[in-house]
Amino acid sequence: MAKDQVRTATFPAGIASVGLGEVTRQIPMDEPPPLPPNAALAVIGKNVPRWNGRAKVTGATRFTVDINLPGMLHGRILRSPLPHVEIRAIDVSGAAHHPGVRAVVAVVQAGAVLRYVGAPVAAIAAISPAVADEALRLVRLDVKALAFTADMDDARAPNAPLVYDAGSAPAGHPSGFPAAPGLALNGNVRGPAIERRGDAAHGFAAADIVVEGDFATQVQTHCCLEPHAIVADWRADGLTVHMSTQFTAGVRHELAEEFGLPLNRVRVVVDGMGGGFGSKSALGNYGRLAVALSRTAAAPVRIILDREEEQTDSGNRPATWQRLRIGAKRDGTLTAVSLVSYGTAGVTVGAGVGNIAQALYACPNFEGAQHDVFINAGPGCAMRAPGNAPGAFGLEQAIDELAERLALDPVALRDRIDPSPVRREERRIGAARCGWPRRHAPGADSGTVKRGLGMAQSLWGANVQTNASCEVRVMRDGSVEVLSSVQDIGTGIGTVMAQTVAEVLGLQPEQITVRIGDTEFPAGGPSYGSRTTASITPPARTAAWRVLQALCREAALVLNAVPEDLVARGGRIAMRDDPSRGMSFAAAAARLRTDRISAVASRRDDYAGFRRRMGDAALAQQDLGGVQFAEVAVDTETGIVRVERVVAVQDCGRPMNPLQIESQVQGGVLMGLSYALFENRILDRHTGRMVNPNLEQYKLAGPHETPAIDVVLLENYQGQSATDAFGIAEPANIATAPAIANAVYNAIGVRLRVLPMNPGAILAALGKVPVRS
Amino acid sequence: MDAVSGIGSSAAAETSGPATVGPDAVPVTFDVNGVARTVKVEPRVTLAEALRGPLGLTGTKIACNRGACSACTVWLDGVPVCSCMILAIETGGHDVTTIEGLAKGEALHPVQAAFIEHDALQCGFCTPGIVMSCAALLERTPNPTAEAVQAAISGHFCRCGTYPHVVAATLAAAKASRG
Repeated sequence: MAKDQVRTATFPAGIASVGLGEVTRQIPMDEPPPLPPNAALAVIGKNVPRWNGRAKVTGATRFTVDINLPGMLHGRILRSPLPHVEIRAIDVSGAAHHPGVRAVVAVVQAGAVLRYVGAPVAAIAAISPAVADEALRLVRLDVKALAFTADMDDARAPNAPLVYDAGSAPAGHPSGFPAAPGLALNGNVRGPAIERRGDAAHGFAAADIVVEGDFATQVQTHCCLEPHAIVADWRADGLTVHMSTQFTAGVRHELAEEFGLPLNRVRVVVDGMGGGFGSKSALGNYGRLAVALSRTAAAPVRIILDREEEQTDSGNRPATWQRLRIGAKRDGTLTAVSLVSYGTAGVTVGAGVGNIAQALYACPNFEGAQHDVFINAGPGCAMRAPGNAPGAFGLEQAIDELAERLALDPVALRDRIDPSPVRREERRIGAARCGWPRRHAPGADSGTVKRGLGMAQSLWGANVQTNASCEVRVMRDGSVEVLSSVQDIGTGIGTVMAQTVAEVLGLQPEQITVRIGDTEFPAGGPSYGSRTTASITPPARTAAWRVLQALCREAALVLNAVPEDLVARGGRIAMRDDPSRGMSFAAAAARLRTDRISAVASRRDDYAGFRRRMGDAALAQQDLGGVQFAEVAVDTETGIVRVERVVAVQDCGRPMNPLQIESQVQGGVLMGLSYALFENRILDRHTGRMVNPNLEQYKLAGPHETPAIDVVLLENYQGQSATDAFGIAEPANIATAPAIANAVYNAIGVRLRVLPMNPGAILAALGKVPVRS
Repeated sequence: MDAVSGIGSSAAAETSGPATVGPDAVPVTFDVNGVARTVKVEPRVTLAEALRGPLGLTGTKIACNRGACSACTVWLDGVPVCSCMILAIETGGHDVTTIEGLAKGEALHPVQAAFIEHDALQCGFCTPGIVMSCAALLERTPNPTAEAVQAAISGHFCRCGTYPHVVAATLAAAKASRG
């Protein structure tokens, strides 16, 4: 940026509980001055009630499943009943002639191969879901069943049936997510993706102690309470789509490309959004089908997946296996880390264990080799902290083992090898909160129910979407609105945007009308990768600051002042040094020449620059730390693990709304607890079918399994943007399972290396029942 | 209200043996949020579907459609039930209260107000059902323990993990209701 376009500004810097210093940054001239720490602010950092809370508790919020357009048809999808088939012939004429059917779209043609139970075959739009289901049964399929493999170990065998050949296997992505491109395919195994630093062999040779362990994690499904849903309305003048999505602007891009439409003829809208957790990031095959059906039928078409479809074809967290070796000196200094992983995302790629083994601790030598294994099962996709959640389950247990071998306290070892000052403070706070010093030796409890304490850490990149923008409007009557296509998937981003604008304009958050979740507004970013707050709050503040400047110019004329001497506070625009000289916000707005003024701002680069940039996204300099402590009680007769308490100490930069963040952290902890103890997609290896595609046999933690959860938030200022705020969703989910695993080890003295740690696994670990293969 | 009870057809009551209705739509009349409503539904239509479809009361949510998650909870004669597990034709002559009927005009039910204050919701999809269960608990147990609240919501799934705030909110609502 040219010199005359920037100015020097001094920001608060550091962790508030440790003591704040300052950092100087060059910031663009058209961005607001540094935001003071939360203690000096009126509404940012306060527990402001959720902007759409009233609508949600009264049932007024309109979710996609609630949209009912005039003349709307209902779409249902015919799915493969077999895990691997070649389509010899498909005949949809019977279905097409059903009197209630308005459109039929075949997904596959003769010769196509379907690779998992639940793969879409055809879709039908009819006058009701029941009629559509009836008509699905009239589609005639002639298929040839092919040999299949529904188990990762089987799939790795030399003579395993092949899911893909080299020509048909999915490619990776240049960003490396969900998997790197250009990797070799050997049988069903793709990769490895290699990462190296230093010389691992040399590092192991120099080690005094080497720990080695194998760890495995299961498939977890997202289980959003609102199913995947879309209402597609194809008209001559353009396409409107209501969709339960984490990324309205991204879906608009996909639709434009897929259906050959210009961006300005595609509109994507979401009001209520009933949970995504990564699984509603893209258009999806059901989305494509709904639009195709609407185009064919010339009527709106709604598709809502049923719960079995949710469990089998809406994505999942892939299963993983990893072997970790860690070499260390006697003082704990790490000399080498090596990682080999195999994971399966079913028919797609992206089953790695993340970057936590290579990046969490200081170690000069690292080697990692991660493989994807294809099996005939539904595709995985991003799920809350993809990669690092299973990765942490292995790494943080291995570090615990290392601490024990070195006769070091696990917290003390991490103090030596973790360079992050943020996590150091988090460990200090968490250890004090949970009473860490009372932690006993592994298995030391004498009774049947044995208690244990454990801790683990998380690592997650601080992501930013640079293609994120926001508009702030002020009307002549003083009403204010903030607009963006960004969507509120339950995180409360709308509340935070209202707080941000209200802080600038000296108003209360409830005075700001939040209009989001619609691509007719300036393009907001996605609600994934824990990036929404970091991406949209800086432009919200900048846009509000720009409209305030316009208002101050009007007020200055009346007050006979210069605009720079005016501040907005308490619903007034007044002299900074003499608040009695001022006027109400509404009076200033009334002087506007036109009914409405507006400013649109976009997300600038972080003031200290980015670590890495990938298209519309970037990675900030810092990472988002988090440390969690778990206290468990293990019944050694029933094998039941009860998590009694979790202390979660987390960092998300500037906490914008502590109560909403606390909600999200509790959710992350619970999802991690549920992953640790209960959840498991079970595939029948003989049929390739999921045997628990529902919400009663797919076990989830519920109210009775919920521990006391203490959430502690750091205030961590780095002077990176107009708000210095970052996300929380994923960092809160990573450390829970390994913290519980380490606590279970501390309780019973036997280490659980496979998820879920259900009663059968506990009893097997204790030698009370045979180990199941 | 006309006594159209059970399976909806008064003609059926005149014949001996179990009445047969359907597969075409049959009328059923029941009280919804204090107002008598008559809808024509196929016998296979669940109460949840009847509420969300012909009655337009979409505050009641369907998430699993088999009684595993309780998102569809409404009150049937004051008792919380999974409306996805009851056929609409079974509810003739009964009183149904949905989330839309809980507030008294602009005045929120204390549980609703407490849910907002304690941030006992995130995505909000399971929220109407949980609110109905917690409000029902306070009807029969004005001074519940945290364990009683947990038991009252034990059939509910919330993937966002709002349970701690739900318990806190319901206890606060109980306190507020007692004055």
